Amino acid sequence: MAETAADPRVGAVARRRIRNRALAIALSVVPFGLSFGAVSVAAGLTLLQTCMLSLVLFSGASQFALVSIVAAGGGLGSALATALLLGTRNGLYATRVAELVRPRGWRRAVAAQVTIDESTAMAVAEAEHGFATRAFWTTAALVYALWNLSTLAGALAGRGLGSLSATGLDAAGPAAFFALISPRLRVRHLRLAGVLAATLAIACVPLLPVGSPVLAGGVVAALAIAVARR
Amino acid sequence: MNTLWVAVVVSSLGCAALKVSGYVVPARALQRGAVQRIVEALPVALLSALIAVSTFASGHHLAADSRAVGLGVAIALVLLRAPFLLVVAGACAAAAGAHALHL
Repeated sequence: MAETAADPRVGAVARRRIRNRALAIALSVVPFGLSFGAVSVAAGLTLLQTCMLSLVLFSGASQFALVSIVAAGGGLGSALATALLLGTRNGLYATRVAELVRPRGWRRAVAAQVTIDESTAMAVAEAEHGFATRAFWTTAALVYALWNLSTLAGALAGRGLGSLSATGLDAAGPAAFFALISPRLRVRHLRLAGVLAATLAIACVPLLPVGSPVLAGGVVAALAIAVARR
Repeated sequence: MNTLWVAVVVSSLGCAALKVSGYVVPARALQRGAVQRIVEALPVALLSALIAVSTFASGHHLAADSRAVGLGVAIALVLLRAPFLLVVAGACAAAAGAHALHL
């Protein structure tokens, strides 16, 4: 996508707009990063493991799901499968970013690492003005920095706290997830998917190994809703 | 290497591979309607299931305990359009309070 706006004043206005929006988006991930860091160390991961997830996995929902399932005593397979399935949307985002930003060579590998909800949304929003590339990289850099700093801060704070249930941190994951998905629950078919998944998962709790009800409920509900919408 | 490190390394590599796939697999293959509908519904479905199980399950048993109080407060705060930090902090405070009262 061409970065050259004909009028330099238009470029300056756009650069300021992108910087401000990217900063606002990056600040909005800070509370989530703090909660993830605190919950992760309280769940038994080390400080290094917690920070590695934010540095390398870099996808909030997948990280939180992995830690929640491991903390509940779930099997490694269910924890990994849930985290990976939550990561599939980033692959779809990547197809859009590849078209809009067209990263080449080593930049492609870096772009892939930071292709997440926030950077993709900004690239798509600024594409019509011709600033997809700048929007993508500015948002990615700021979100990456603040996500990792807030994870570290949360993990350092969480080390001094007690058990998950005494601190109420066992409610942090569900609260964070509900806040995260609440805008999508306004869409009828997504709300149905959510209710169906939660119901199926609860029904599976006494029957399936710990950790797998989330996977079973989530996958069956997503497939059922996708098929029903054909 | 212990289980937690396996979880950290494998999930990180797997999620990186998923991100890379969007750049190397032809867009047509991933932008098909069926794939998009499933991938759109997956996060909401998986996270809803995770909310339900993290709140109401202890191993193989179901119970409404301090975590349910926390989730109730979180839902109320989201409906009141409270900022994210307040939603999480309020839920944790309510759950910690309910736990201390042995609810």
